[in-house]
Amino acid sequence: MSTSPRTLFDKVWDAHVVQHIEDGPDVFFIDRHFIHEVTSPVAFLGLEQRGLSVLYPERTFATADHNTPTINQHLPVQDPLSANQLAALERNSAKYGISHWGLGDPKNGIVHVVGPENGITLPGMTIVCGDSHTSTHGAFGAIAFGIGTSEVEMVLSSQCIMQPKPKKMLINVNGELSKGVTPKDVVLYIIAQISASGATGYFVEYAGSVFENMSMEGRMTVCNMSIEMGARGGMVAPDETTFNYIKGRDKAPKGADWDRLLEYWKTLKTDEGASFDVILNYNAADIEPMITYGTNPGMGIGISKKIPTAAEVGGAKASYEKSLNYMGFHEADPMIGKQVDYVFIGSCTNGRIEDFRAFASIVKGRKKADNVTAWIVPGSHIVEQQIKEEGIYDILKEAGFELRQPGCSACLAMNDDKIPAGKYAVSTSNRNFEGRQGPGARTLLASPLVAAAAAVTGKVTDPRELL
Amino acid sequence: MAYDKFTVLRSSAVPMPIENVDTDQIIPARFLKATERKGFGDNLFRDWRYNSDDSPKQDFVLNNPIYSGKILVGGKNFGSGSSREHAAWAIYDYGFRCVVSSFFADIFKNNSINVGILPVTVSPEFLDQIFKAIEADPTAELEVDLPAQTITIVGTGAKESFDINGYKKNNLLNGYDDIDFLQSIKQKIGTFAEQSHY
Ligand code: SF4
Repeated sequence: MSTSPRTLFDKVWDAHVVQHIEDGPDVFFIDRHFIHEVTSPVAFLGLEQRGLSVLYPERTFATADHNTPTINQHLPVQDPLSANQLAALERNSAKYGISHWGLGDPKNGIVHVVGPENGITLPGMTIVCGDSHTSTHGAFGAIAFGIGTSEVEMVLSSQCIMQPKPKKMLINVNGELSKGVTPKDVVLYIIAQISASGATGYFVEYAGSVFENMSMEGRMTVCNMSIEMGARGGMVAPDETTFNYIKGRDKAPKGADWDRLLEYWKTLKTDEGASFDVILNYNAADIEPMITYGTNPGMGIGISKKIPTAAEVGGAKASYEKSLNYMGFHEADPMIGKQVDYVFIGSCTNGRIEDFRAFASIVKGRKKADNVTAWIVPGSHIVEQQIKEEGIYDILKEAGFELRQPGCSACLAMNDDKIPAGKYAVSTSNRNFEGRQGPGARTLLASPLVAAAAAVTGKVTDPRELL
Repeated sequence: MAYDKFTVLRSSAVPMPIENVDTDQIIPARFLKATERKGFGDNLFRDWRYNSDDSPKQDFVLNNPIYSGKILVGGKNFGSGSSREHAAWAIYDYGFRCVVSSFFADIFKNNSINVGILPVTVSPEFLDQIFKAIEADPTAELEVDLPAQTITIVGTGAKESFDINGYKKNNLLNGYDDIDFLQSIKQKIGTFAEQSHY
């Protein structure tokens, strides 16, 4: 086995198979497990009902994010159901000895932001969480994916889940990205090419010069949205950029541990000649700032383009029409100039420091448009701190924006941050499903630059004009 | 969580010929606030099923009394999006035991089996035949035979086989779950954990 060439994915997967089951899934060992308040309470309840305990509590990390408020976090949480879930997370963590970053903790934030920024996420790991955007951690060369609550219970009680090995897809993007084109645009472009189900059944490796030259924040944005093309997850081979990002972080390995692991991490790349089930190649020069016009993340186009007709898209006409109807859009409409009521920058897709830097680069010296309500939500307290330290906070304030406190916020609208029915929101999050950002809300997914351009002009605007 | 064993299911079916039905539609996020696994069926397809004043939307299939049964038939890419197992709980709690589509999202498929719902993947042509059969007769029955791995449109006799891996099939047939199995190999897991890098 060691002689035949293997992919990065094979190497990490094979290193975690406890047992292979004939005509069945692998017993798959999990190095790190993240939990949050929404998908864990029922799993803990299940443990109790079966009389089981948590096998390796030191491998699980808890943070409160999904339904936390983004203002007045020092006050008791108003919604009793949310408060109840937060209390359950705290209680369960204490009971089983799991590290818990609750509301107000300086380490608190969105699970997929705090894992990497504290050095918990490392190359070669297997990482799961009851949240599909766990794929974010693949940016470090980890196999990371979302699981259901039954599986959360499995990981708590046995540190394993039962997984069939997915097929392998390689996505190469080579060349130079042009001005105003960000990692978010790259991934929205890929999803638009292969559709919201185009990578179902696959695990993706992203390769090529575009990803090699990308920051860790950018790689996380891309891997985050792997799930939006149906993939189980996506990963990028670790390199110097990865090692530099990790080094010195709170929970990152130190001293001899670091040296030992670094040697191992350097072996984590796809061997010459290793095979994939599917290989896709794209050219960076073909990508422009993207925006979505429909109700799944595959319904995206270059911002200067017109909404395609049902015939151009193919697929079921009725589903397409239902989608445009919901959005209040028509075939062949241009996207530029469309009215925007809300702008949301944040989420585990674009809630990192680099995203706020990008947002500020356009907002600087301009003013928030009067017709726009903007929610600017850092992914964590550490990001919030950086925003303040780097002077971004002052730029935002100057332009008429407010900074909220960290959490998932309008990404899934479980807290009060709901876009009202019928309103249009340019959002840096990851899903434009019907009602995702509030019942009846209409979401246009885009990069922080496109969000900034909308926030200062009050309509869909090509950010390249403002750079 | 225990669920009923699945062997052969013969039932009429509820048609939902929409593509990309995502888990946010199956159960919107604002209904995920429970700390117990109860009552999710009431909010299944909440925003398609009810107006904002909680009155039922008459044109939605679950509100149409001519359709009923334990089988839900959905369009391509059913269950995409969020990993929330609540989506599968809601479907189970409402009374469905089987979901048929030409294509399922991965996590949803896994979650379904884990809670005792059988996801049956059929060819696009067969899916079309099912929709047509139900359109012609809303009480048309389907027979899903897990041991034989076949699905039949009872009226026309049209039949197709479906895939499921042997391990998961055995679980569903016997009402077992993965947690029982993992507990039985804990020692092996312990040995494995000791030599792990992290
Ligand atoms: S920000 Fe959105 S996608 Fe990310 S963890 Fe929170 S809810 Fe999930």
